[in-house]
Amino acid sequence: MALLQISEPGQSPAPHEHRLAVGIDLGTTNSLVATVRSGVATVLPDANGRPLLPSVVRYLADGRTEVGYAAQARQAEDPKNTIASVKRFMGRGLKDVAHVESTPYDFVDAPGMVQIRTVAGVKSPVEVSSEILKVLRQRAELSLQGTISGVVITVPAYFDDAQRQATKDAGRLAGLNVLRLLNEPTAAAIAYGLENAAEGLYAVYDLGGGTFDISILKLSKGLFEVVATSGDSMLGGDDFDQRLFCWAVEKAKLPPLNARDMRLLQVRSRDAKEALTFHSESKIIAKLSSGDLVDLSIDTETFCSITQTLVNKTLGPVRKTLRDAGLTVDDVKGVVMVGGATRMPQVQRAVGEFFRRDPLNNLDPDKVVALGAAMQANVLAGNKPQGEDWLLLDVIPLSLGIETMGGLAEKIIPRNTTIPAARAQEFTTFKDGQSGMSFHVVQGERELVADCRSLARFELKGIPPMVAGAARVRVTFQVDADGLLSVSAKEGTSGVEASVTVKPSYGLADADIERMLRDSVEHAKGDVTARALTEQRVDGQRLLEATRTALQADAALLSPDEVKQIEAAMAALEKLLGGTDHRAIKKAADALNKATEDFAARRMDAGIRRALAGRKIGSL
Amino acid sequence: MNAGAAKALTSSSHFALFGLPEAFSLDLEMLEKAYRGIQSQVHPDRFAHAGDAERRASLQWTTRVNEAYRSLKNPVQRARHLLELHGVDVAFETNTAMPPEFLVQQMELRETLEEAKDSAALDGLRASLVGEKRSMEKAIAEAIDARKDYKGAADLVRKLQFLHRLDEEIDEAYEALD
Repeated sequence: MALLQISEPGQSPAPHEHRLAVGIDLGTTNSLVATVRSGVATVLPDANGRPLLPSVVRYLADGRTEVGYAAQARQAEDPKNTIASVKRFMGRGLKDVAHVESTPYDFVDAPGMVQIRTVAGVKSPVEVSSEILKVLRQRAELSLQGTISGVVITVPAYFDDAQRQATKDAGRLAGLNVLRLLNEPTAAAIAYGLENAAEGLYAVYDLGGGTFDISILKLSKGLFEVVATSGDSMLGGDDFDQRLFCWAVEKAKLPPLNARDMRLLQVRSRDAKEALTFHSESKIIAKLSSGDLVDLSIDTETFCSITQTLVNKTLGPVRKTLRDAGLTVDDVKGVVMVGGATRMPQVQRAVGEFFRRDPLNNLDPDKVVALGAAMQANVLAGNKPQGEDWLLLDVIPLSLGIETMGGLAEKIIPRNTTIPAARAQEFTTFKDGQSGMSFHVVQGERELVADCRSLARFELKGIPPMVAGAARVRVTFQVDADGLLSVSAKEGTSGVEASVTVKPSYGLADADIERMLRDSVEHAKGDVTARALTEQRVDGQRLLEATRTALQADAALLSPDEVKQIEAAMAALEKLLGGTDHRAIKKAADALNKATEDFAARRMDAGIRRALAGRKIGSL
Repeated sequence: MNAGAAKALTSSSHFALFGLPEAFSLDLEMLEKAYRGIQSQVHPDRFAHAGDAERRASLQWTTRVNEAYRSLKNPVQRARHLLELHGVDVAFETNTAMPPEFLVQQMELRETLEEAKDSAALDGLRASLVGEKRSMEKAIAEAIDARKDYKGAADLVRKLQFLHRLDEEIDEAYEALD
């Protein structure tokens, strides 16, 4: 007789279809896309078998773009329209951009984020990044022969709220469903930890093209827990190129260079840097537009000495993160090296000396972040059964706070707090009868607001007249799993509730993104509606599938009437999915979401009960 | 369903949330296990593909669980929470009265901190603080767990808070050195 199978509560009995999910490493210098196929994470190469996509976008006068190697090859020839290292400008104002004088671009100072004037119009860094993401999306869809259901995009751990939001916006602009923003060192730790079954405290030293991160993680079976993180979002391999470039300019006694010569010499400086990883001497040779020839030799010793300050600059954050974690060098079991710039021998040596152990280099430093992101995307897509997956606990890198009297920053959520996190703080009025309060939300470790990053300003109005100090305004900060902040404020004492919620946006509102989508060449042929319809259908399908799985597992938590209500909302949505009215689909999806609110809360409660019950049985 | 779990969901006690006894002496390993168990059920990573309602519920729960875990791990916050559960306000902000000998000792420690010009001096100060904190925590455990003297414990918690502030100032001094 056949045995009847009963699944564990909360787990769906039938394996759902495999969802196509990819991880994207959107790097300063190079970008990659990876996926998990037959249980193994692999980087997806382009048609020519090349795994890397240089993060370079060239805008042409006819509105077309070239991305990757083709654009890279034209850098010196068309420097103003060929944007490299755009990651450095994400979520940044013009005054935040380092080395403006030695970049060939025509910057436009815009509120929130700097923009670049090209032959194809003014472009925001978000748009430029989305061009890179679009190419990677196409590469993945071609290679996997299907629509990508969701992506994980990696960001430097030390990215602030503005830089994270800009990255997520770029994903949306590229038509991607961004499941999560994942910190790069954390992604690397996943790939390294799973590959080597590592357990204990590990440091990840990630020196990329433009950013530096140091994270300390506690690894154990089924758990990746970030203990502390620090870094410098304006320090990377590019700065080593820059040092070498400046050295060359000085050594060859060159006059101020035009954009083409500057870019050419920068490219040659980078080539020389890479050669010095394997050779003790290298050459910088460049023929300038004046006809003059630059011909310089540089040896390892000189290169080390002119970049010594850069290497030392990474050790400050390393000490800080150990202190924040309450650890010493001896507690750390291993140091995983990530990012192409860690190939430089002087970096390897400095890290080895600091941690008093040889750094771990057994994974390709260029690929490890994309591989980890692919593994996490696979888990988030629900392709791994419970028990084989893992829990990832990450932190915010920089404290979040609010400006108080005298321009001081009051910290609300301190750095290295595990996310998601929320914290509230009460404020009061300064004058009798004060009816409004303005808030300034900042991020950073400095005491003075002027030294922190300004994230948002907003006003709470309609406070009823009271004497000074009587109002109670509660400001709540909520950080989600992507590390993104939303802030709300509410006055409580009088029973009158004035409330406001802000999400810092940095000059890119939802409407802007829609407009950009409309403007982009890809969608110029009046298919905006078609695109909206496709998106609503995909979202609707996803919601239906999720609700079905939830009902299958936990219908017992509902009364028959409640089940009927949810099923009615599902049927309504399902019927509209076949139609062409994207607004009606959205409305039906919203209604289904509303109908399942209570059910969702009860499922969470049941999950917690299971967790506690399981532990009690386990501890008997 | 189990009665303890039902209590966990309705109570505002962080201890009940994790199914732990309400006591200052805490088995950190048990706490971590319970935390991981609950997180594995409610964490947003489990609901990345779910509908809005479930994603919102997951965010709220995870936020609460993280906050409860953070509070219980920190001895000052843990004691403060316990006293609140027993109707005693620690009043960090308003009650700053301290016995004179404690204040004198604190001033001396702060003078030592101001004079510490290198990391070796800071290391020494930190090491001496570890012992101070440990004996204060022991006294708090006796007051709360054994004697149930919550009012008396509040004075000790304020002292422990002083020591923790000094700890933070040592951190800042290290940062200033970098």
